[in-house]
Parts: sequence; C-alpha cells; structure tokens
Amino acid sequence: MSGISGGVDALVVVTLVLVTAAATAAALTRDPVRQAAVLSGLGLCLALLFLAVQAPDVALSQLAVGTAFTPLLILLTVRKVRRSGRGEASGDGGARGKGDARGDRGAGTARRGGGR
Amino acid sequence: MNRRARNVLFLIAAAVFAAAFTAACTGLPAFGTSRHPYGSRAIGASIQRRTANVVSSVNFDQRAIDTLGEESILFGAVLGSVVLLRRARDENRQDPVPGRVLPTTLLLGAGLLPVTLLVGVYVIGHGQLSPGGGFQGGVVLATGLHLAYVAADYRVLRRVRPVAVIGAVDAAAAGAFSALGLAGLIVGAAYLQNVLPLGTFNQLTSGGLVPLINAAVGVEVASGVVVLLAQFLDQAVEIESPPDGGKGRRTHPSPEAS
Repeated sequence: MSGISGGVDALVVVTLVLVTAAATAAALTRDPVRQAAVLSGLGLCLALLFLAVQAPDVALSQLAVGTAFTPLLILLTVRKVRRSGRGEASGDGGARGKGDARGDRGAGTARRGGGR
Repeated sequence: MNRRARNVLFLIAAAVFAAAFTAACTGLPAFGTSRHPYGSRAIGASIQRRTANVVSSVNFDQRAIDTLGEESILFGAVLGSVVLLRRARDENRQDPVPGRVLPTTLLLGAGLLPVTLLVGVYVIGHGQLSPGGGFQGGVVLATGLHLAYVAADYRVLRRVRPVAVIGAVDAAAAGAFSALGLAGLIVGAAYLQNVLPLGTFNQLTSGGLVPLINAAVGVEVASGVVVLLAQFLDQAVEIESPPDGGKGRRTHPSPEAS
C-alpha cells in the first residue's frame, strides 16, 4: 500500500516540477506566438498534474481549455494585430510577403486558412 | 508609481500572501488520505442520488445553483465578446482567398473530425457516469469542429457552423438550464432540486436531473465556444480594419522588438 502511495507521491512531485518549469518558460517567452505554444505545453503539464492527484474531470477541462482553446485565441489575436499593423505600415504587396514570412517562423495555426 | 515603489509593494503583498497561504495550508485536512470530511459527505449524497460520477453530482445536483452562476458567466462573456468584436462601421468584410492545404493535413483533419466530434458527444453523454461532462465535452466538440478550418478552408467551416443558428442554440441551452430548475418548484420542492426518477445506478439514464442539466451545459458550452471562436476568426481572417483607424490603437511595441 505504501509502495503505491509512494509512487503516486513521486508522480506528483515530477509533474509539479514539470509545471513549474513550463510556467517559468511561458513567463519568460516574449514572442506571443511562441508563448501560445509554450502555454499549450503548460496546459498539458497541468493536465498531467491533475491526473496525478486523481482529478480526471479537472484534467479534462484543463486539456480542452488550456491546451487547445486559449492558445488558439492567442494565435488568432496575434494574427489580427499583425494584419492591421501590416495594412498601416505600407500598401498591401510587399508588406504582405514579409508578414507571411513572419508567420511561417511561428506556429502555423494562426496563419492557416487562407486569408492571403 | 515608479518601478521601485511597485517592486516594494509587490514584495510586501507577496510576503503577506505567502504567510497567509502557508497558514491556511496547515489547516487543511491531510493530503492524499482516503477519507476527507467534505469528500465523504459528497460521495454519500452522490450514491444516494445514484450518480456514479461524484463530480457531476456535485456540479449538477448538490451545487447546481453554483453551476448555474458559472454558466451565466460564460454566457455573459460570450455575449460581451460578440458585442466587442462585431464588425464596426468603418471595417470592411473581405472574402478570404483559400490557401494551399497539404494533402497530409487534409487527410488527418478529415479523419480526425468525426472522431473528435464523437469523443465530445461521448464525454457529454457519459458525464453522469465517468470523468468529463457538459463543460469538457462541449469544449472538445467546439474545438474539434474547427478541424474543418485547419484541414480545409474558412468557407468550409462557415458552412458547417452557421453562427446565427448556433448563437440561438446557445441562448436556448442557457435558458434550458434555468428552466430545468423550475421542475423542483412545480412539484413543491426547492429550485434545481433533483426531483426526477433516479433510475438504476451506473446506467445512462441514472441520476435524475443530472444528465439533463449536463446535456444543457454541454450544448451551451459547445455553442458558446463556437460563437466566441467565430468572432475571433472573423476578425483574424475576414474583417479588414481601415488603414488609418489602426494608428491610435497600435500603442504597444511590436512583438519582434523585444
């Protein structure tokens, strides 16, 4: 019995360390696109932590909202901000290509779907 | 307030919080034990109402009024962002030109779309039996639907989710939660009291009011998240802001600058 609970405790400690590392990385990332990706990883670590402390309902919520939904909203917002910034900086042609190159470097989701 | 004063204020607040939090944690019941004063009572009440998933029993039966408040918050938040992100008078709607989709992305997205939707419906449908429920399943359903956008195109997504209809469904589901609570008042019990026949433990139909409220929450969350994402997508893909209108708003530094 104590062996099982000892294993669970070790799992809790490991996931806690993972969460701390991921949260620190998310706070230190400055580029919003990368931050969204790191945030998604943090969501996954938190879901693992909740699973380790036997809260699968919360883990599911965390997985759905923290790993998929919130990063998606951030990526869409970044895309909108860059689009309006692009339109303001100059005309459409040259700036648009530059914007796409920027998008290519970050995670692809915000760029996808063909607004080009 | 300058930087130094802000730091001092933060350190004081952090110290007070750390002390209070530590003191509060020492008063908690021991971590990871098999018995817990609140847990034992919640489990007892849940089994009495023949709801296998205790968390769902707490959410939709024992503390249903709290959940009603949470659902209203979500509904209000979605409503607020719809109002904020609607197309302004000086913004133009431009039909997006479809981009090229890798065949592998198309295959994976088209294959995963029905699987994800099925998982979402399963998680909502089995909320009273296994981990999950209306909220989790609703978010899975809503985000899963957007695989149509990742795999195909914005116009395909627009066809699979008519926003006007889904907005109406959202409002109806939010209203259904409040209306389900009236069942208790009709038979002379309290608002949101579990007065329906409880059924057999660990069956899909068990739990009385729990599966019904759970389903209402599932529909509300799914349609609410779809409407919310639709507003963000409209802004990100379709709506063109006026070139000069962005100047005043763009006071923050570019993300690449730092």
